[in-house]
Amino acid sequence: EQTNCDLFSVYGFHLGLFTLFRSYSFLQNKNDGYRTLPLSGHVGFGSLPDQLVKKSIKQGFCFNILCIGETGSGKSTLINSLFNTTFDDPVSSHFLPSVKLRAQTYELQEANVLLKLTIVNTVGFGDQINKENSYQPIVDYIDAQFEAYLQEELKIKRSLFSYHDTRIHVCLYFISPTGHSLKTLDLLAMKSLDSKVNIIPIIGKADSISKTELQKFKNKIMSELVSNGVQIYQFPTDDETISKINTIMNGHLPFAVVGSTEEVRIGNKMVRARQYPWGIVQVENENHCDFVKLREMLICTNMEDLREQTHARHYELYRRCRLEEMGFRDIGPENKPVSLQEAYEAKRHEFYLELQRKEEEMRQQFVQRVKEKEAILKEAEQKVHAKFEERMLALQEVKLKLEKKKKVLEDEIAMFVEKKANAEVLQSQPSVSTPLLSLKKDKDRKKYVLMLVIRGSKKKFLHISLL
Amino acid sequence: MEPEEHSMEPPATPEEEMPLTAAPGPAGCQLFGYVGIEAVLDQMKVKTMKMGFEFNIMVVGQSGLGKSTMVNTLFKSKVSRKASQPGQEERIPKTVQLQSVTHVIEEKGVKMKLTVTDTPGFGDQINNENCWDPIIKYINEQYERYLREEILITRKRKIPDTRVHGCVYFVMVVPPWGGGHGGHAGVMVVLGRLRPLDLEFMRRLSKIVNVVPVIAKADTLTLEERAEFKQRIQEDLKTHAISVYPQEDFDQDPDDRALNDRIREKIPFAVVGADQEHQVNGKRVLGRKTKWGIIEVENPAHCEFPLLQDLLIRSHLQDLKDITHNVHYESYRVRRLNESNRPELSSPNGLPGKGEGGSDL
Repeated sequence: EQTNCDLFSVYGFHLGLFTLFRSYSFLQNKNDGYRTLPLSGHVGFGSLPDQLVKKSIKQGFCFNILCIGETGSGKSTLINSLFNTTFDDPVSSHFLPSVKLRAQTYELQEANVLLKLTIVNTVGFGDQINKENSYQPIVDYIDAQFEAYLQEELKIKRSLFSYHDTRIHVCLYFISPTGHSLKTLDLLAMKSLDSKVNIIPIIGKADSISKTELQKFKNKIMSELVSNGVQIYQFPTDDETISKINTIMNGHLPFAVVGSTEEVRIGNKMVRARQYPWGIVQVENENHCDFVKLREMLICTNMEDLREQTHARHYELYRRCRLEEMGFRDIGPENKPVSLQEAYEAKRHEFYLELQRKEEEMRQQFVQRVKEKEAILKEAEQKVHAKFEERMLALQEVKLKLEKKKKVLEDEIAMFVEKKANAEVLQSQPSVSTPLLSLKKDKDRKKYVLMLVIRGSKKKFLHISLL
Repeated sequence: MEPEEHSMEPPATPEEEMPLTAAPGPAGCQLFGYVGIEAVLDQMKVKTMKMGFEFNIMVVGQSGLGKSTMVNTLFKSKVSRKASQPGQEERIPKTVQLQSVTHVIEEKGVKMKLTVTDTPGFGDQINNENCWDPIIKYINEQYERYLREEILITRKRKIPDTRVHGCVYFVMVVPPWGGGHGGHAGVMVVLGRLRPLDLEFMRRLSKIVNVVPVIAKADTLTLEERAEFKQRIQEDLKTHAISVYPQEDFDQDPDDRALNDRIREKIPFAVVGADQEHQVNGKRVLGRKTKWGIIEVENPAHCEFPLLQDLLIRSHLQDLKDITHNVHYESYRVRRLNESNRPELSSPNGLPGKGEGGSDL
């Protein structure tokens, strides 16, 4: 017994030493190997977190929420209930041809905290007959916000300090309260968004499902999400102060919420509620729906974590992919780290060469086009010339012909005039009254008849008259 | 937290990101019930406390001015070892050498990684030309290190910050009996003003880092002499356009300006450092014991050490870090990234899209 006790105590002693050593080295690791100095008095940097908070208050906070859900799933009502105000959001129709996103920014103030809240609503989600391109506009929008931030960060002279951050910090995905399972569109949309944004699935208009159905519905949804590999946002459990409540909340996902813009009198208070003939559904009653849980998780407990995850995980992933796409690498071809300078210069040079090449191309094209146009014009000119020549020739011919005809006509006229003159001369000679009475006159008469006959013939006229 | 009546600001100027038009929001909504936006402040506090803080401070001044004692008093712990310990040889280095020592200190659950950079050999040579070069090189190196980390494709979640957040410059008190007033022919004594070395150093460094000048070993000055000395120093700084911390250009709003103006009136602080405790009026205080009395370091009537401590740690520590990050680091980055716009690289057409506002890519 004695030896057993000794062994046990020795063992215990070693165990104690071991744990002590382990905890010490753990502490060492925490401090990156630096010595921890004891303070011999009050220094005052315990106020550092307060200094930081004071600065942040002055700067203000940004929070951007994206609501995805079919038309009429209760998105706007829920947002109004969450922030206890009425944001103006016109009701949209079911007949929009494609999904569009509508963003509105509001400034809310509570105590001394200024919050710049941006709500982005999807309009027309799930309304089309062909829903293939339903979620692409959403992905594009999220990427566009990341891109804007990245461009600002890459500028030479930048002002990140005063940049209005529009990156989406949380995506509330509204699931229709069918009670059965997720729709294909839901799965596809969430799958394409889970690596870009923190997704919190929500069952909207949950007052249409009974309690037992609700639990089955929730389980079905979660198992479907898990089996399809969709990574929704998990509330962080690494901080002791909030890990317990966050773990509980993680088990309640997806939150079944009811929103209302109307107030009903219950007892002596006015609360947000929906009044039915069979009872009143109170929005802020935890037995009725998970609204309070959602508000707590989203705003009171995890807003900062959502913002941090967006910046440290989703944005970094986007940035990495984008820079690699652009051709930047951290390690050069010989496995040596590429310096920033060289990378930038190489890229700049590349772009410059590209630009020159494009310019050259365009110049060539321009010259080409000019040449072509010139050729066409020349051809046309030639054609016109040819026509002109033709017409001139034709004109000449016609002119000649006309001249000839004119000459012929003139000749005829001249002959006619002559004949006319001669006839007049003959008529003016002593006139024979009865050329039939005398023989002499017979001869004359013959001559006269002869002359009459011959008068018709031009050529022999002169000849006969001499007779 | 109890539900209170708050009036919400009306939704102001809705902005558009995608083409559908939005009507302006309704005015003045009454809210009942508590939303909980304030809680984000607590969340932030918890996160930053978990992450811990980093603070890097540099002390510059001739040897024997009490730099190490000052730092130890400031942080109430043996952060730097004094150069002249009994039994150790005192060596004056041939060139300015920078020594950085890092410790972790904790107070009220807040962990701070403190790095103190000492500069032995500064101003100790006969020819002190360019003794500020190693210091400037060190500061720029830290900026470069941060820049490289920031530019990586896969970068760390938290980039280690080794940039110098504040540089405390120890100004030597020129004893009023050092050779008469004014300028006697042949005797070059600068009475009660900043020496050329001080001016030169502060001028160069205030452009790249926050400089906090302090009058070292101020227990040799009477109150009137102290006021006069300060006045002259302030004039000198103004004449040479040296902007020391808190810089006037970075006051963000009237409250800041009022607060900082009060501090600027008292710059440079006259400090006395001590690391030994003595008994005064039944209390144990840090002080220097002399034959004619005990100078209490933390007594505002005796010296301005509490003011310095307040400025550096209690009220403006975060501000020092912010100005270093938002102003000095950014201007370093601009200079560095513009360096590659060398003229021989560009053709006669010039590189497209260059300039201060354009994106690099």
